[in-house]
Amino acid sequence: MSQIETFYDVMRRQGITRRSFMKYCSLTAAALGLSPAYVPKIAHAMETKPRTPVIWVHGLECTCCSESFIRSAHPLAKDVVLSMISLDYDDTLMAAAGHQAEAALQDTIEKYKGNYILAVEGNPPLNEDGMFCIVGGKPFVEQLKHAAEHAKAVISWGACASYGCVQAAKPNPTRATPVHKVITDKPIIKVPGCPPIAEVMTGVITYMLTFDRLPELDRQGRPAMFYSQRIHDKCYRRPHFDAGQFVEAWDDENARKGYCLYKMGCKGPTTYNACSTVRWNEGVSFPIQSGHGCIGCSEDGFWDHGSFYNRVTDLTQFGVESNADKVGLAAAGVVGAGVAAHAAISALKSAQKKTQSSKEEV
Amino acid sequence: MSEKSIHEANPDVEILKAATLTGDATAEDLDSIRRRTSVYVYETPVRLWHWINALAILVLCGTGWFIGNPPPSMQIAEATHQFVFGYIRFAHFAAGMILTVGFLGRIYWAFVGNHHAKQLFILPVWNKHWWSEVFFELRWYLFLEKEPKKYVGHNPLAQAAMFFFMTLGITFMIVTGLALYSEGAGQGGFWDSLFGWVIPLFGNSQALHSIHHLGMWAIVIFMIIHIYAAIREDIMSRQSMVSTMISGTRTFKDDRPE
Ligand code: HEM
Ligand code: HEM
Ligand code: SF4
Ligand code: SF4
Repeated sequence: MSQIETFYDVMRRQGITRRSFMKYCSLTAAALGLSPAYVPKIAHAMETKPRTPVIWVHGLECTCCSESFIRSAHPLAKDVVLSMISLDYDDTLMAAAGHQAEAALQDTIEKYKGNYILAVEGNPPLNEDGMFCIVGGKPFVEQLKHAAEHAKAVISWGACASYGCVQAAKPNPTRATPVHKVITDKPIIKVPGCPPIAEVMTGVITYMLTFDRLPELDRQGRPAMFYSQRIHDKCYRRPHFDAGQFVEAWDDENARKGYCLYKMGCKGPTTYNACSTVRWNEGVSFPIQSGHGCIGCSEDGFWDHGSFYNRVTDLTQFGVESNADKVGLAAAGVVGAGVAAHAAISALKSAQKKTQSSKEEV
Repeated sequence: MSEKSIHEANPDVEILKAATLTGDATAEDLDSIRRRTSVYVYETPVRLWHWINALAILVLCGTGWFIGNPPPSMQIAEATHQFVFGYIRFAHFAAGMILTVGFLGRIYWAFVGNHHAKQLFILPVWNKHWWSEVFFELRWYLFLEKEPKKYVGHNPLAQAAMFFFMTLGITFMIVTGLALYSEGAGQGGFWDSLFGWVIPLFGNSQALHSIHHLGMWAIVIFMIIHIYAAIREDIMSRQSMVSTMISGTRTFKDDRPE
């Protein structure tokens, strides 16, 4: 593969100075939580390694992951990563279209067999033989399987590819299915979120390209460096949570004071993501900072866990408005009433018995 | 048998047949009942555990309720100096740890304690006499039997309830509770390495919260029935109940053999 350019070559060709290149390496090291000692290592890797090709395919999706990705905070990081993955195939961002695009996909697969990374945005619907999502005249699931066959690893972008997301919401008529349930023989990195944070996406790709290995994953297959803490663990409103100071209603005084959104159904305590540290839109803000609770968009099943504004999850199997407390209170109420009735009958029975036995004595 | 006694031993009369057949009454138990009309059932560690456990569960239910439904916001001081919700959660975790250690101690006592210390952990489902006593007890609670039988330890129905709601129920609450605790303690830490695997089992942390929360209601329901039954049986059965969990001694109200 000697004819393949290195990352550094690609960057220089794009007019990026050496100085900017070194800056990018430091930034990447920082974003990945590595020590400054890694900066020369990253630089060295990028100077000597042929770049790893990436194929990016799209299934049932809203393309918010791509939208997020191209808005990566540091313009340099974005340019570099975009040129690094160089869109060997990405039907949304590539210049080619139609048959030409399909040919490009085939070319890339043939040329880099076993070496490319397959990035999947969206997921395949499996009902009706995959007819609900057609790419290039064929069901997407076929393209996915075909592209995955010779991939080195698979990245599942966003909640769709990782978990299914809204198109998989009950009753899931198209049987939209997360990637790891279709591709079972490849290492899969889940990068959930709806969408994932841009810096998280570029960070994951950069890590894989520079170190030539998968980032460390947590139990659910997510990169530990971005998904090992909950929003709640690093939320700046946490002191109000511990103090017991909550927003009680939208627009109340406590909301203006910036109290904790727990009672408004904030899912920060149950959501693993980097929003409260990395934030969004070049670090400007994140949902809680702008006054709305976390909806748990990077968690499996967040779309089916009832209202975003309830602290205790709805249990729709017990009726539309029901939750653990309502079900529990109702059951305890029934049992309590039963016990009271039982006690009453017991008392009557023993009174009866006493009168009977006293009669017998007479 | 020693010379002087206020009771006749009556060695020819078969006593507490049902309790013997279910495996509840041991030979020593029967001997004790013949001589003293009372029998020592729940040893000190069992009784101590019972009340510590009951207290811990009350605290866990109270604070658990508030974790799901926080009290109204309070403005006592600056957030930095106010720790109301923090203390509620702390009380929950502290009681949770006491519950856990207590339960481990109770398991230990099942091995070294007397015959009745094991009843909480083993349902003799292979014993058909045990089953027929379960149904007998059910009929007693449905007012279909005139009179209950005598048991030394738990009656079979109570034993089944305790096994499912307490032995399994507490285990479930401890495992899910410590998994939730491991999230706060941090990934890669001690609790996470022991209990972190539980979270993906239920899908995610939110689902785990819900199932832990539902578990509370199962335990509340047990508590209602348990306390009612203990007091009712204290009055209506032919043996002591509440005082047995205090002194450890079971006494009988009549001298009939069965
Ligand atoms: C949170 C509340 C409570 C819980 C979770 C609880 C749990 C238990 C458990 C697990 C046992 C079995 C003990 C063993 O075999 O080691 C037991 C037995 C017993 N408990 Fe409780 N208990 C509670 C409250 C009470 C109260 C308030 C009373 C008294 C009114 C009571 C009276 C008894 C009695 C009398 C027994 C022995 C039953 C028998 O002899 O078969 N308990 N309880
Ligand atoms: C009888 C036993 C228990 C009961 C009834 C109980 C009850 C509850 C309830 C109702 C909740 C609120 C769930 C929600 O978010 O809706 C909760 C949360 C929790 N419980 Fe328990 N629990 C018990 C045992 C334990 C144990 C043994 C531990 C282990 C230390 C534990 C640790 C926790 C933790 C860490 C939370 C989450 C707190 C948070 O998210 O801020 N629980 N519990
Ligand atoms: S706003 Fe949400 S994430 Fe922040 S402290 Fe409150 S509950 Fe936790
Ligand atoms: S704060 Fe929560 S819902 Fe919002 S983007 Fe982050 S993980 Fe998703």
